[in-house]
Amino acid sequence: MLAKRIIPCLDVTHGRVVKGVSFVELRDAGDPVEIAKRYDDQGADELTFLDITASSDDRGIIFKIIEQVASQVFIPLTVGGGVREVGDVRNLLNAGADKVSINTSAVVNPQLVADAAARYGSQCIVVAIDAKQVAAGRWEVFTHGGRKATGLDVVEWATRMQQLGAGEILLTSMDQDGQKKGFDLALTRTVTDALEIPVIASGGVGNLQHLADGVTQGGADAVLAASIFHFGEYTVQQAKEYMAAQGIEVRL
Amino acid sequence: MVSVAIVDYGMGNLRSVEQAIRHVAPDVVTAVTDDAGVIARADRVVFPGQGAMPDCMRELAARGLRSAVLDAARSKPFMGICIGLQMLFEHSAEGDVAGLGILPGEVLRFPGNLHDDKGNKLKVPHMGWNNVHHGAHALWDGISQDARFYFVHSYYVQPRDAALVQATSEYPVPFVCAVAQENLFAVQFHPEKSHAAGLKLLQNFVQWKP
Repeated sequence: MLAKRIIPCLDVTHGRVVKGVSFVELRDAGDPVEIAKRYDDQGADELTFLDITASSDDRGIIFKIIEQVASQVFIPLTVGGGVREVGDVRNLLNAGADKVSINTSAVVNPQLVADAAARYGSQCIVVAIDAKQVAAGRWEVFTHGGRKATGLDVVEWATRMQQLGAGEILLTSMDQDGQKKGFDLALTRTVTDALEIPVIASGGVGNLQHLADGVTQGGADAVLAASIFHFGEYTVQQAKEYMAAQGIEVRL
Repeated sequence: MVSVAIVDYGMGNLRSVEQAIRHVAPDVVTAVTDDAGVIARADRVVFPGQGAMPDCMRELAARGLRSAVLDAARSKPFMGICIGLQMLFEHSAEGDVAGLGILPGEVLRFPGNLHDDKGNKLKVPHMGWNNVHHGAHALWDGISQDARFYFVHSYYVQPRDAALVQATSEYPVPFVCAVAQENLFAVQFHPEKSHAAGLKLLQNFVQWKP
């Protein structure tokens, strides 16, 4: 049976993995290649790298990191951050990424998703959506790290991205992100039920029960978390054993 | 002399395949190549594929690699991966396109509205780690029964000859995820992204004497 995936997320800037609450108070979590190898040893199903470097001067660093990780870690690697054109997708794939995550640029230019999927296949195009609740049962798409409202309804937007060729949706609740109170389960459930493609739940994991809830209540195909793994609170293996004990199919 | 040629017809990233082979066989000379001569002279050939099968078939022909692949598939240790498995068959429902026709059978899409036994919707593409129930072929040596491999695909192969089948998986009904015939072995999943089990399969391929 297909396993639910556990995906550690590494926010990378200036060649280091960092983690903060809503992009403030960034805390250093270590070397990305070392951390990637540690998660691989622990049984991570995939790894996601988000390049949160503000300056384009430092863009080259992420390519070197991905090249190093890809030569030592043989699980799927997703890379996002600053992807603006098809050439950026190509460069990341050539560096060793298996999937490329597109966020703000998909809103600015939806055709980018269609062009990238047509050229490289839907299997490598992840559309990342940052969602904020605006009313009961309604969420709006935000960009620029959650600072800019777009007026787009999350379910409509996710459906459109699926039509344009996205292979997967990385769904982050900006309300929950960094709060350690669990995923926005209603958001996750609403989006996953509306789509045919897999949904990765993200934002808000503070303990292992939150991961399990994302699958059992949220209906997510995969769950993504950062800080609970980075600072040694839990290993990926512990997360999987915890989920398996609740009857969730995982790769042990 | 190239020991393992990885056929490059412009469809996607082949470095991960090459890196995984180098990792398990550091002494083996590998080449990602679009040169029919290199493919013809190689000891072994890996035939990957990503994206949509009609595009893969078109690009293979446009680069003049069709006959080199056909020759290799009939004459030396040959491994198809993902679309590289699907292209070996006669026909695909994806774009209603003809394949290379090396193996009898067709490529079909997973139906919509799939559900698991708990009533949860099963997504297409089938993406993630699934159990592989395999037979006794030499390429499975050292790989435990029902080991998990990484899949990402919306179409699956349906061989007409059951004797070709070397492994099945379930989503939620059984589907064929590996086939073999003499010097040829092909898989739906991505061994290069399937951690220890995938690396073992690639190591077995590099050492395989069909």
